[in-house]
Amino acid sequence: MSARRYDTAILGGGIVGASAALNLARSGLSVVLLERGFCGAGASGVNYGGVRRQGRPPEQIPLSLRAHAIWARLQDHIGIDGEYIRSGHLKLARSETEMASLLAYRDRIAGLGLKLELVSGNTLRDRFPMLGSAVVGASYCADDGHANPRLVSPAFARAAAKAGAEIREQTEVTAVERTGNGFMLQAGGDEIRAGYLLNCAGPGAGLATQAFGETVPLSSGYPCLGVTEPLPPLFAFNLGVEGGGVYARQVARGNVVFGGGKGYALDDRNCRPDMKALMQTLQDGTALLPALRQTHVIRFWSGVEAYMPDRNPVLGPSATTPGLLHGFGFSGAGFQIGPAAGAVLADLVRDGRTATPIEAFSIQRFTRTRQMAPAKSYS
Amino acid sequence: MNNLSPVIVGAGPAGIRAAATLIAAGLKPVVVDEAIKAGGQIYRQPPDGFTRPKSSLYGFESRKADRLHHLFEAIRPQIDYRPGTLVWNAGADHLDLMASDGAAASLGFSHLLLATGATDRVQPFDGWLTPGVFTLGAAQIALKFQGSILGPRIAFAGTGPLLYLVAYQYAKAGADVVGVFDTARFADKLAALPGLLHGIGHLAKGMYYVAWLRAHGVPMYGGIVPLRVEGEGRVQGFAWQGGGRTKRVDCDAVAFGLGLRSETQLADLLGCRFAYDDLNRAWLPERSLSGRTSLAHVYLAGDGAGIAGADAAELAGERAALALLEDAGHVADRRRIALLESRLKRIAKFRHGLERAFPLPPADWGGAALADDLVLCRCEAITAGSLRQAARDLGVTELNRLKALTRIGMGRCQGRICGAAATAILAAELQCAPKAVGRLRGQAPVKPLPVVTLGREDAA
Ligand SMILES: Cc1cc2nc3c(=O)[nH]c(=O)nc-3n(C[C@H](O)[C@H](O)[C@H](O)COP(=O)(O)OP(=O)(O)OC[C@H]3O[C@@H](n4cnc5c(N)ncnc54)[C@H](O)[C@@H]3O)c2cc1C
Ligand SMILES: Cc1cc2nc3c(=O)[nH]c(=O)nc-3n(C[C@H](O)[C@H](O)[C@H](O)COP(=O)(O)OP(=O)(O)OC[C@H]3O[C@@H](n4cnc5c(N)ncnc54)[C@H](O)[C@@H]3O)c2cc1C
Repeated sequence: MSARRYDTAILGGGIVGASAALNLARSGLSVVLLERGFCGAGASGVNYGGVRRQGRPPEQIPLSLRAHAIWARLQDHIGIDGEYIRSGHLKLARSETEMASLLAYRDRIAGLGLKLELVSGNTLRDRFPMLGSAVVGASYCADDGHANPRLVSPAFARAAAKAGAEIREQTEVTAVERTGNGFMLQAGGDEIRAGYLLNCAGPGAGLATQAFGETVPLSSGYPCLGVTEPLPPLFAFNLGVEGGGVYARQVARGNVVFGGGKGYALDDRNCRPDMKALMQTLQDGTALLPALRQTHVIRFWSGVEAYMPDRNPVLGPSATTPGLLHGFGFSGAGFQIGPAAGAVLADLVRDGRTATPIEAFSIQRFTRTRQMAPAKSYS
Repeated sequence: MNNLSPVIVGAGPAGIRAAATLIAAGLKPVVVDEAIKAGGQIYRQPPDGFTRPKSSLYGFESRKADRLHHLFEAIRPQIDYRPGTLVWNAGADHLDLMASDGAAASLGFSHLLLATGATDRVQPFDGWLTPGVFTLGAAQIALKFQGSILGPRIAFAGTGPLLYLVAYQYAKAGADVVGVFDTARFADKLAALPGLLHGIGHLAKGMYYVAWLRAHGVPMYGGIVPLRVEGEGRVQGFAWQGGGRTKRVDCDAVAFGLGLRSETQLADLLGCRFAYDDLNRAWLPERSLSGRTSLAHVYLAGDGAGIAGADAAELAGERAALALLEDAGHVADRRRIALLESRLKRIAKFRHGLERAFPLPPADWGGAALADDLVLCRCEAITAGSLRQAARDLGVTELNRLKALTRIGMGRCQGRICGAAATAILAAELQCAPKAVGRLRGQAPVKPLPVVTLGREDAA
């Protein structure tokens, strides 16, 4: 039907695909984005809403800082504030060993541009009186924070549409192939042609990797979340724990959103939280924030997320197919860096290169050890 | 057959009949019920030490209530009964429970029979959140079990058989009933007569209440649209539109209800297939006449899968239990099954008549009463206008999308109260049928859970 050819076709309307669409459209390129459901209704729309740099491995920090700059002007970028606040991210230690890990992390990322402040003892009690006695210390990153993913991620797609991208929702891509000078996609009964193909399909990224013979150990995971009824203001920071486990934030309305543990799949698109894990989470959470004991949980949920074994995304060019670029596998932490990941993909299409270091995210890392293929660098 | 571990949720007419049927076949079901005492909604038993006689509690229904309570006492030693226990989540092979003392437990099942019943259906209109506005069911419970009369001057508004029944019960107990305001028209009732004749006994009861109210000078109005509940902080009056004119009356309380709506969250969490039901104007889990669902091992009975009343609930409970037994390899009693099914079909015809006699008013009152500043969701303070704006400005075409962008359906009730109005508003904006905007996805917990007790887990 559609004989039209686009500069770029984007598979997937999560925060990564929508951000890429927004950047490309603003650069004046023709873009079509294909989303099988609604944009920002997958992991990008149901996630916990943590917008933090703290805790990321050193190789993610430059990308994360680029994202940080985008978040700073979110309202201008996507037209809404998305309830984004820079309230700080406080990562708690429950033992001296955990405190030592927080210190080691600070040393590891020293010089990368992230300011962390370690607090313990009386200073901790004075500054954060709401914390329970189980907490021995914490690492505070003042400029991290949180936002409302339900609002932010769809707004990226709306902004992209406003900038001229063609957004097709409820349009599933069912096949992709390489043609003479680009790609052809089967989507919602249409054939779509494009010079570049961006694979931003999250847990559905296997369609394109398989079609083009990539080796990539992608799997799905299901983080569990819950929310309480509104409480009086208790804490503004985004709370995490060294070594993982509980995380929590309080939104302006007073509800506390919290998470921890993994759920299970019903099928490839639907999942359910694991209640045992959530009970454990709540038990751990009330030890850290005793005031939580006095409330009710009104909802639990989970979401399907794409994971890589090393917890780093796949971001950059295909190992097999020119014109194919990947941006998936954000492993439970792609909400904060998603806007920058999309910007990097747009750089690669527009300029053939990006100033943001992304070598660590190359898809070739999964074959390199076997084939010793030289990594192509865009830094 | 002793390796079966059937679980029944709900100890109302449907659940009790189902349990008795399984016991007769030699099984020992677990029966979980949130209420402290068995009986369900209609045959709810008063708290201990309560002395009103059954005849005044249950009226025409007192013999049936007696029969069911006795049946329950008889089977009680043979079931694993868990009163005061909420089923707050359902997985493929287990339920998550919380007892009234807060103890949490997980309960496995081989077969699950859901008999979760129904609750009042309400629909927002101006002033509906004013203190002193009650659902018809709540007004009835206050009278039956707290022995207290709301009012003293009370208006009864809405539609459905319960409207006249509760108004009658209040007037009889000495309340000053300032009027019965039915959104259905007299003409609807006439048109429904052929269907109603299938339940001649019920019809006679209904006519008795109306006649009694009329004889005692209670004003009755048909075809009205409720305009507003007046008063700041407490009810001072009720205003309505009828016969092209706007009128009002002084009162201290308003009891309001539009029939019943099925409690379907557990079926939803289990992943049962749902279909839109025009009669109930709701998405309901699909069930065959036998009570089977789209999932093997999951059965539905009673008002929890479409409103059909207490008599139908008893029949459906037995029928679904027989289906469960048959699926588990027991020999089926074909004649009994045929009898139950023919009675269920007969009641369905009567139900159809009832729905025609008391048709639901349009969920947005024909657009008249859902002003932009009307609060639809009291927990999250979401207005009708914010939904309209999301539909217009954000291009929302589906209910879960509306939920994500406006938080409608994210509060304590998870859309059970506000969902119908949200559906109507979105459908009106899009000029499409209500079912075209989809169905709100439910999440556990079925009701808010106290955090303080969640960590404690007792062995199931
Ligand atoms: C419960 C949960 C909590 C999280 N918490 C945080 C957090 O606090 N902070 C943080 O930084 N990150 C968090 N994350 C991770 C973050 O949400 C994700 O990493 C990020 O949203 C990934 O964005 P995406 O665009 O790659 O993927 P997605 O949002 O999954 O988008 C992919 C899209 O592709 C579409 N698609 C797939 N296949 C096809 C096809 N064949 N045709 C058309 N469309 C297709 C899907 O429908 C989907 O909309 C969390 C994730 C979850 C699930
Ligand atoms: C307030 C009210 C008043 C009514 N008054 C009358 C009347 O006066 N006359 C009349 O003819 N009909 C009346 N009805 C209708 C009548 O109650 C029903 O037709 C009949 O009770 C249906 O029987 P059932 O077994 O399907 O469900 P119910 O009798 O409703 O029983 C369902 C049981 O399941 C339990 N349950 C539900 N969900 C859970 C859960 N998640 N965990 C644990 N337990 C759960 C409930 O506590 C309840 O005990 C009334 C209904 C309501 C709601």
